[in-house]
Amino acid sequence: MFEEFKWFPDQASTVAPEVDMLTLFIVVVTVLITIMVGVLTVGFAVAFRRKSESYVPAPWFGCVPLEIFWTLIPVLICLVMFSWGVKVYSSIVVPPADALDIYAVGRQWMWKIQHPEGQREINALHVPIGRPVKVTLTSEDVIHCFSIPAFRVKQDVVPGRYTSMWFQATKAGTYNLFCSEYCGTEHSRMIGKVIVMEEADYQKWLSEGAESGQALQGRKLYTKLQCVTCHTGNAEAKAPNLEGIYRKHIPVSLIDGMKVKDGTKVFADDAYIRESILYPNAKVAAGWESIMPTYQGLVTEEELLQVIAYIKSLNQGQTPPRTEETPTPATIQNNPTKEVK
Amino acid sequence: MATVSLESRPYEKVSDHDSSHESVNYLNHDHSILSWLLTLDHKRIGLLYLVTITLMFLLGGALAGAVRLELLTPKGDLLAADTYNKAFTAHGIIMLFFFLIPSIPAVMGNFVLPLMIGAKDVAFPRLNLLSYYLYFAGSVIALTALLLGGVDTGWTFYTPFSSTYSNSYVVVMAVGLFVVGFSSILTGLNFVVTVHRMRCPGLTWFRLPLFIWAIYATSVVQLLGTPVIAVTLGLLGVERTLGVGIFDPRLGGDPILFQHLFWFYSHPAVYIMILPSLGLISEVISTFSKKTVFGYHIIAFSSIAIAVFGFIVWAHHMFTTGISPYAAMVFSLLTFSVAIPSGIKVFSWLATMYGGSISFDTPMIYAFGFLGLFTIGGLTGLFLSTLGTDIHLHDTYFIVAHFHYIMVGGAIMGYMAGVHFWWPKITGRLYSEFWGKLSAGITFIGFNFTFFPQFILGYLGMPRRYYEYPDEFQVLNVFSTAGASILAIGYLMPMFYMPLSFFFGEKANSNPYGATTLDWTDTTSPPSPHNFEKTPVVTEEPYNFHGKEAAVVSH
Amino acid sequence: MSATNQTVQDHGQHHHHKDLAHHFDTLEQQHDANTLGMWAFLLTEVLFFGGLFAAYTIYRYKYSAMFEEASNHLDITLGATNTVILILSSLTMALAVRCSQTGQAVWTGRWLLITIFFGLMFLGVKYFEWKHDYNIRLMPGKDWAGKDFFWWQYAKKAKEMEKHDKGHSHALPDPKDVLPDNHPSLGIKGIQESQQARLFFLLYFCMTSLHALHMLVGFVLIGIIAYFAYQGAYSPDYYSPVENIGLYWHFVDIVWIFLFPLLYLLGAHMGH
Repeated sequence: MFEEFKWFPDQASTVAPEVDMLTLFIVVVTVLITIMVGVLTVGFAVAFRRKSESYVPAPWFGCVPLEIFWTLIPVLICLVMFSWGVKVYSSIVVPPADALDIYAVGRQWMWKIQHPEGQREINALHVPIGRPVKVTLTSEDVIHCFSIPAFRVKQDVVPGRYTSMWFQATKAGTYNLFCSEYCGTEHSRMIGKVIVMEEADYQKWLSEGAESGQALQGRKLYTKLQCVTCHTGNAEAKAPNLEGIYRKHIPVSLIDGMKVKDGTKVFADDAYIRESILYPNAKVAAGWESIMPTYQGLVTEEELLQVIAYIKSLNQGQTPPRTEETPTPATIQNNPTKEVK
Repeated sequence: MATVSLESRPYEKVSDHDSSHESVNYLNHDHSILSWLLTLDHKRIGLLYLVTITLMFLLGGALAGAVRLELLTPKGDLLAADTYNKAFTAHGIIMLFFFLIPSIPAVMGNFVLPLMIGAKDVAFPRLNLLSYYLYFAGSVIALTALLLGGVDTGWTFYTPFSSTYSNSYVVVMAVGLFVVGFSSILTGLNFVVTVHRMRCPGLTWFRLPLFIWAIYATSVVQLLGTPVIAVTLGLLGVERTLGVGIFDPRLGGDPILFQHLFWFYSHPAVYIMILPSLGLISEVISTFSKKTVFGYHIIAFSSIAIAVFGFIVWAHHMFTTGISPYAAMVFSLLTFSVAIPSGIKVFSWLATMYGGSISFDTPMIYAFGFLGLFTIGGLTGLFLSTLGTDIHLHDTYFIVAHFHYIMVGGAIMGYMAGVHFWWPKITGRLYSEFWGKLSAGITFIGFNFTFFPQFILGYLGMPRRYYEYPDEFQVLNVFSTAGASILAIGYLMPMFYMPLSFFFGEKANSNPYGATTLDWTDTTSPPSPHNFEKTPVVTEEPYNFHGKEAAVVSH
Repeated sequence: MSATNQTVQDHGQHHHHKDLAHHFDTLEQQHDANTLGMWAFLLTEVLFFGGLFAAYTIYRYKYSAMFEEASNHLDITLGATNTVILILSSLTMALAVRCSQTGQAVWTGRWLLITIFFGLMFLGVKYFEWKHDYNIRLMPGKDWAGKDFFWWQYAKKAKEMEKHDKGHSHALPDPKDVLPDNHPSLGIKGIQESQQARLFFLLYFCMTSLHALHMLVGFVLIGIIAYFAYQGAYSPDYYSPVENIGLYWHFVDIVWIFLFPLLYLLGAHMGH
């Protein structure tokens, strides 16, 4: 039991040293205050111990300068901690634009992870060293939390919405991946490993056994789920052309069924595409009728990620034609919602 | 406090200050069981609470023991996963809702609040008894839920796990908490009105002992916070029974809304637990230093400030849920605002001790322990209010250690100080100082041994609520479990020497510590059924250890 | 009981006003304590309903379109009638308090009973309204959990039929008439709509039934106080029970004054 023991966690991401410096600062400040309080308590207790039962010390009602002093100093210390904390926090929450996109879905009690190249893994996450990685997260059931202590980052994984976190690994090795939000019976077995690899090893790993790209899977779904019926990308389209919309600001006319003023735009990120698939009426693109059905219950979270990956990769003129292989709409189930437990 | 009597008071002289053992008091004036179960006397109701919450504390402690034993080894070998989950859930629920929240307010508050303000009882004695029975009923329902098979959601009941996925007795437990919540509300209401309307002549707001200020602030929090958790648990119950999506996103609900509503109560609830302790420690430190409390007004207002700030910091429990970064920054800054009044209190207590005449009676030893543990607990809170570090520490053992330092190290040490402090008043007997000091010392050492390693565990990344963990965390867990066994001895000792002293202890006089508040100066030990022979009249500020003449000089 | 205690009690009876509890010094202190206690209680009540209002506000904002549509399924006429009835009951309650202050014991009792009468009238109307809601399946329940689509389509159909028959017909739609549309995915849209509508009705039932529960508690308390009023228990010296039940009743009214626009008038501007 002693051989694995360590006093300090691995420091394996770019934000880890920042967090550790800030921690060190707070440790020093709080240890000094604790020692001061401890020494004064013991010191006063000894120095002013009761020597005579009849002695009554003179009262001391207060001392304004002293009270101002011990109010202002803590205020200043707190402000320093707050500002420094915000600075570190902004490096934790704001991902660089060129981050590698990885998707993770939590469910009771495992992590399912998808790489854009098509690699899928369970309870393991392979990442390259020295490249920012953005993990987009969602859950199929309850709230989980994607936590990598060696990177000093964690993010709750909430059903029904996307959250994201990012990191840039700095040290090759294998690190713990925990679910840190209590999620039921096997919560403590919802753990995995993060394997940080040199870029070359990572590329090699990617090429081994990749079934097919995530976007390719998405392309199949795009036709299977009948997206292609309306989003044809040509003149007959009954719905907007999705080519090249990813991370563009697109004009909308209706939000939650209410008309919005002309020129209102929304940012077409992952969350927006997801929302548009599940809640088509949430934000309707300007110039189009609100005719799209919801796909809630028709696609799994994993499939959703594949469709989104496909839409992201969809460039000018790439919308596939409808083919005979495409199943007819009638095969789509009427009422796929599961019974509530 | 020196007092003069009002001649017109209609009370008979029922007892004599210095021969209390022969007099009629609230304990011996009627021995029948019914006279206890249907009593309207705040002192007897306080004792009913004392007995009941002690039983709940033992149960919660036993569950903690089971949890710590399981964590001795990395593999889940002692308890099954579900059993473990139910054990820590039951530990949390019992300790928070059935022990800590009623501990100081319902036991100490009930017993000493009217005594301290020179009142014959609380404003609504019947309501007070009703509060107790609601507490009792709530406990019975909660225990029923445990006996039926328990609850595995954690005391936080996060949705949609609790609303849709958990197969345990969530609704029964929610009903129990709903009922006990009303007990808490009615106690708070009673105390607010009592402090406002029942103070004896001359007892102005700034002549109130600081314990009263703290109880008052606590009562306001109980009054304003508890209904929100009640209705939240109600909605949770409705969602579970009717299957309508209030919090489950699959049915159109919002799981984060639950967290907002839950923490809107449960963060202030932390102050329900710690604020009375802070007030109580002011009394103890002042009495055993024979000095007036340094910065009386500031300490009084800091209690109110903590109560108010407590309501505007709830989202600091939610920094990792993906709330807006700007909201996170605002709540981080607001959270620091709680640190300031807490710091002021600690420094003021040190200044109170400075130049005093300090004796080392058991309550003071507990108070010393409180000072150390509350300081560590408060300061480690800074790691969690700082955004950059909270992300790493959230939901790890660091949090577990931090809130145990506040709630066990702070609130329970304060409660133990209070029980020992007022024991001679409650029973008219003195307990053994030797065993008292020994238990205080063992508790302090055992506590640090148990919880300090958890700070390191947290920084290493061990998540909370794990019944299995990677091998590398074992060393610190072994330390922690070993410490817990010491802590258990520290807590068990008073369960023996306190009851023994009730029967065999040396008789206490009315004011064995030379305290200055009305509960000591104007009542017998134990007090008479109606507290005071004559309604006291207060003529000066509290904590004047020089007697009336000296007070005139010093002003 | 020991003799000494007896003496203490005797003292209480000799020197105290008959309405003064032993632990108070003066009637004025007792009155102040009772009034403050009631205000503190109402403060708690505000936060109790506040949790529901917070949930309502959030979902109203999130699902505004469906909340407005769902709101149109409630009967504004019945809601408005009840508002008037409740305001009348507030008036009679105020008169009861007034009479207790001036020492008109019998009229205090009468006004209190009239208040209960108006309250019962309110609940009577509410009963028929709820019954109707139940019939057209607006009441959320576990039975319908897996049949979201059907539930909301049925409610819409019922509403349509009612409008068509100008409210004369109480016939309910045949479940066969509201089978899913041919377009397969409209069913999915229906699920989403019905989840949101159901959230509205859940809040409607939670809020109105919590309000009704407060009225029931009120009846019991008013009844007891009316009994004592007839017994002549209250006088210009001592009337705080009447005053406090008045405060409580006005609070219950005010809650309804908020509920009515939030629940009934929400979608009225949509021209349904």
